[in-house]
Amino acid sequence: MGIIIDKNTHAIVQGITGTQGRFHTKLMLEYGTKIVAGVTPGKGGARIQDIPVYDTIEAALEKHPADASIIFVPAPFAAEAALEALENGIKIIIVITEHIPIKDAVNVMTYAKQANATIIGPNTPGIITPGECKLGIMPVHIFNPGEIGMVSRSGTLTYEIAASLTKSNLGQSTCIGLGGDPITGLNFIDALKMFKKDTKTKAVVLIGEIGGNLEELTAEYIAKQRYPKPVVAFIAGRSAPAGKRMGHAGAIIMGKAGTAKSKIEALRSAGVKIAEKPSDVARLLSRLVDV
Amino acid sequence: MKLFEHEAKTILATYGIPTPTGGLAKKARQVREIAAELKAPFAIKAQVLVAGRGKAGGILFADSVQDAEKAAERLLNMRIKGIPVRSVWIEEKIRTKKELYLGVTIDRANRSHVAIASAVGGIEIEEIAKEAPEKVVKFLVNPQHGFHSFHAHQMARKIGYSGTQLLSLGKIFESLYRAGMDYDAELIEMNPIAETFDGKFVAADVRIIIDDNALFRHQQYKKRLLEGESELTPQELSAIKNDLAYVKLDGDIGVIGNGAGLVMATLDTIQYYGGKPANFLDVGGGATSEKIATALGIVLSDPNVKALFINILGGITRCDEVARGILKAREEVGVAKPVVIRLVGTNEEEGKRILTEAGMHVLESMEEAAQEVVEMSQQVGEG
Repeated sequence: MGIIIDKNTHAIVQGITGTQGRFHTKLMLEYGTKIVAGVTPGKGGARIQDIPVYDTIEAALEKHPADASIIFVPAPFAAEAALEALENGIKIIIVITEHIPIKDAVNVMTYAKQANATIIGPNTPGIITPGECKLGIMPVHIFNPGEIGMVSRSGTLTYEIAASLTKSNLGQSTCIGLGGDPITGLNFIDALKMFKKDTKTKAVVLIGEIGGNLEELTAEYIAKQRYPKPVVAFIAGRSAPAGKRMGHAGAIIMGKAGTAKSKIEALRSAGVKIAEKPSDVARLLSRLVDV
Repeated sequence: MKLFEHEAKTILATYGIPTPTGGLAKKARQVREIAAELKAPFAIKAQVLVAGRGKAGGILFADSVQDAEKAAERLLNMRIKGIPVRSVWIEEKIRTKKELYLGVTIDRANRSHVAIASAVGGIEIEEIAKEAPEKVVKFLVNPQHGFHSFHAHQMARKIGYSGTQLLSLGKIFESLYRAGMDYDAELIEMNPIAETFDGKFVAADVRIIIDDNALFRHQQYKKRLLEGESELTPQELSAIKNDLAYVKLDGDIGVIGNGAGLVMATLDTIQYYGGKPANFLDVGGGATSEKIATALGIVLSDPNVKALFINILGGITRCDEVARGILKAREEVGVAKPVVIRLVGTNEEEGKRILTEAGMHVLESMEEAAQEVVEMSQQVGEG
């Protein structure tokens, strides 16, 4: 179980012949992910890690049915790759690529909405359902199968918190990185809706950060729905100044909007338990869930 | 990347949007030459990128060429919020009947561009939206359909225009959208756009921020940022050139880490234990030892830094590379200040061995390390 991907997921790697694509295909295969084909225009006929490479998604799908695609294509061409996957009917697309222009991302998201497809990212470490499937670049030893759903706007901070959960015997159902860009596909609310239906997930961890108002909207959703599972949140950027981009393109306080304080207050008043430090997440969860 | 007013106005003029006639000067003497070709009165505007330029005295008016030169002289000797004024833009002063707002920006929650018009302009649009929300009209643009003349007409009507004025304002708005798309603007706004006494519209002040991720499509501006005039500090410039994310803060603990979220959480944890971070520096994923050494060089060149905290959680970043980078920096730039290192993840054992053999202390817990560095910074402060 878990959400979006599991042991039955069959995936294509777009940009499989690049350094990152090649390296992470190997690691994903070692984890047991079912990678069925790779795509790099102009490199059709090659093999990477014994996986056949095609020039187009269309050609790959003729031989290998797939439900997901993971994109390692360089930023100037990544949106094009996502559109190709969408147009060929792929419904789960993970965009690892960083530095995709906003205008391109907006185009992809509009198309994805019409196609009823899920985009994770861009600028994401990906998604992992521990013990079943990994479509991403995260180190695997810090995860363990279990009952905690995680959804995050950050990469390494997710690793930090996942590692401390695993150490405290709190395994994970599925962990999703939403991506650090201003325009991303899947958001906190989408993930919460899926975790709600997932019988394996007993509690959810949200890892937010400054910028935008997704955490505030999520707080509204949790309060309105009387969300049935315990939620613990950590928000990064309490000490961040206004008007500065803190590493992620999306992590910026504009005027008075997007502060950590506003997000923390909104979530807290919706009944979400707030962790003051990353290590507090495991402590708070232990009190809320039987392990 | 923020564009200067003169760059933004020059762009809009190529789209047929009415902008005041004017010119750019780096010396007061040049202002005299430019003003001689214009009609008085003049507006002389400091070309700086910081917000609140007008309030800080960065815009002056003059009735004669002589006064314009004097005003330019004053501005060119000024600092606005710490930034020296390197050039001024002189233009014909607009006789304004009314100030409006037109802009296009990103709506993150709706994952689209949004066109915004307001019957009130001249102050921050967020302020207008708060104080007089009924005066602000928004339209979410579907990128597949674009922003058409009828959309612009609908918005012009809603902020109170009709007839030929609706047509001319609509045409300006449509052109503004087109310019915004062509230049990958995450913000393009005319604030204000002035309605003159003869019923025409002129872009009085223009702001354009180009999406940093799209700068590869706008090499001219990227070149200006890296090689020409910019308001970047030497540390910021070096960070951009080396693909590091760096933000200067006002404390005394230097911070280096991998991943934006982790570094932000590191700053927060330092603050939680009573310390003050001097900077944010994210080396990104998979940093080489060279990159780590460059990062140390940047942080240590800040005289305010009393102690340094390196927080690495290796995924695609390898701890042994980080360790070698730290030693490299020690050899090349010298590390005289106290350093606390937290190093876990990929190739952790090798990384720890390298540093321990070099006599450096490595910790495993981020919080323990944060507490230690805060104590160190305070001891340095006392000594």
